[in-house]
Amino acid sequence: MYRQKYIFLLPGLLVLVAIILFPLLFTIRVSFSSWDVYNPGLNWIGGENYARLWEDARYWEALTRLSVLTVGTVLLQYTLGFALALLVWRDIIARRFFRVLFLVPMMTTPVVMSVIWRTIFHESLGPLNPILDAIGIGAQPWLSQAGHAFAAVMIVEVWQWTPFMFLLLLAGLLSLPNEPFLAARIDGAGPIRTFLSVTFPMMGAISVGAILIRLIEASKLMETVYVLTSGGPGTSTETTSYYIYIRGMRDFQIGYSASLSLTYLIVMSVALTLIAKALIRLMVKDRT
Amino acid sequence: MRTLYLALKYLAVLLWSAFVIFPFLWMISTSFKTANAVTGGAKWLPWLQFEPSLSGWQSLFGGVGGINILKPYANSAIVTLSGSAIALVLGTLAAYGLSRFTFKAGPLKNGDITFFFISQRIMPPIVLAIPFFLMLRFLGLLDTLPGLILIYVAMLMPIAVWVMVDFFNSVPRGLDEMAWMDGCTPVTTFLRVILPNALPGLVVAAMFCLIFGWNDFFFAFTMTFTEVQLLPVSIVALNSSVTPWWSLSAAAIVSVAPLAVLAFVVERFLSRGGLAGAVR
Repeated sequence: MYRQKYIFLLPGLLVLVAIILFPLLFTIRVSFSSWDVYNPGLNWIGGENYARLWEDARYWEALTRLSVLTVGTVLLQYTLGFALALLVWRDIIARRFFRVLFLVPMMTTPVVMSVIWRTIFHESLGPLNPILDAIGIGAQPWLSQAGHAFAAVMIVEVWQWTPFMFLLLLAGLLSLPNEPFLAARIDGAGPIRTFLSVTFPMMGAISVGAILIRLIEASKLMETVYVLTSGGPGTSTETTSYYIYIRGMRDFQIGYSASLSLTYLIVMSVALTLIAKALIRLMVKDRT
Repeated sequence: MRTLYLALKYLAVLLWSAFVIFPFLWMISTSFKTANAVTGGAKWLPWLQFEPSLSGWQSLFGGVGGINILKPYANSAIVTLSGSAIALVLGTLAAYGLSRFTFKAGPLKNGDITFFFISQRIMPPIVLAIPFFLMLRFLGLLDTLPGLILIYVAMLMPIAVWVMVDFFNSVPRGLDEMAWMDGCTPVTTFLRVILPNALPGLVVAAMFCLIFGWNDFFFAFTMTFTEVQLLPVSIVALNSSVTPWWSLSAAAIVSVAPLAVLAFVVERFLSRGGLAGAVR
């Protein structure tokens, strides 16, 4: 209808295509080369990088670890975030104060807070172990043992991103209509019954949205690991992104890391699409 | 029964509050310590447990064992603000176009183009790191402010498009049609009629851009070496085996303080119900 419509769309679209699409296509080409620090340049070595990747146990371990970490933290964040949203949804004193407070962690820079968390987890000088000692749990070797380091990463992720779940779920709760709750009360439903058959079903769509956004973001996890544990001890907290970072930006094996990152992108996209389909079927009753 | 329920409720809220506040209190307390106060085991209370000192704060301006934080701070502000501004302009224009006109490029329609914009958020940064690195090196923009701004525009525009497409879809089309009948072209309609009404959406979009821009570490870290240092990178650089905890804490406080204030803005939007539409 109007020629002018292109004035709106094209600048943004062209910028994004130029900055993202072309480099990505270039990456595909690079993944078939042996570009590294000794031989920079685009030669053609066929699928050698992909064959090497198939044999690379460290890569697949990192991917498995990332999956466990992602699903685990996001489930925790969802449960806690939902609980917190329900707690400050209605009748509670200083409601707005608690809402603001619960939102603050998501505004803070993840790496900067991870640096602070690292001092908190410090085994002899940090404040956490004395507290655990006092309540009878005893001091823990937070960052020097595999299981503990894994837990430490999860704690930081839950601290940082539960607020995001909280935000989306509280926004959802606040937008719910009032009538179903009145009906439930008239029918004499208790709080648990009301939650199970009124609140939770109505929150289905927004829950799926919130969980998916967090799964996408959590599957990129790397900064927290980099600062908190550097993937250690050993490789016990190494995530996929961090392993690709080591291969690409530190060892400068450009060709190999290109094949790693493309595989990672494909695995993540497929997995997330499947999870999205399953979640929608499971939790969204009527798709309108 | 009811008392028990209330007691549990407040206990839960207070426990979570304690968990949220814990790192902040620790970092504020630590920022006033000296080497002696840190090495003697965990202490919390100034004057009672340790003698407070301002040396951590002084080190922010180039004191002993610290960093000069002014330059990284300015760099971070420049990159975040200009990246967000450009992303917001381009993203808002694109979102308006996608919301009001039909586009077709072969089999691709509006929905696909919108998805292309938003799907960039799915891309793990590490996948883009190597092509970005090579691209910036090719352009001679590695380790410069313009190079970082370019990257931030690409990173933030999808957020702006995502928020604004939803927002424009909720603005009635009658508004546009009235303006057209008065003889406005699409461009003047957008500038005179739509933009003034789009402020709530723009605020939300700008806020998300600022959060993601200011808090980014990965690109700031991989695309710069020595010339240009952003705030998170300079703080993480302090994180070594002999970390000066007091400087670290003081730097962390100044770094997270400006955005923590945004929590109040978000809460206001929540209470007015303005966020439900914007975040879907």
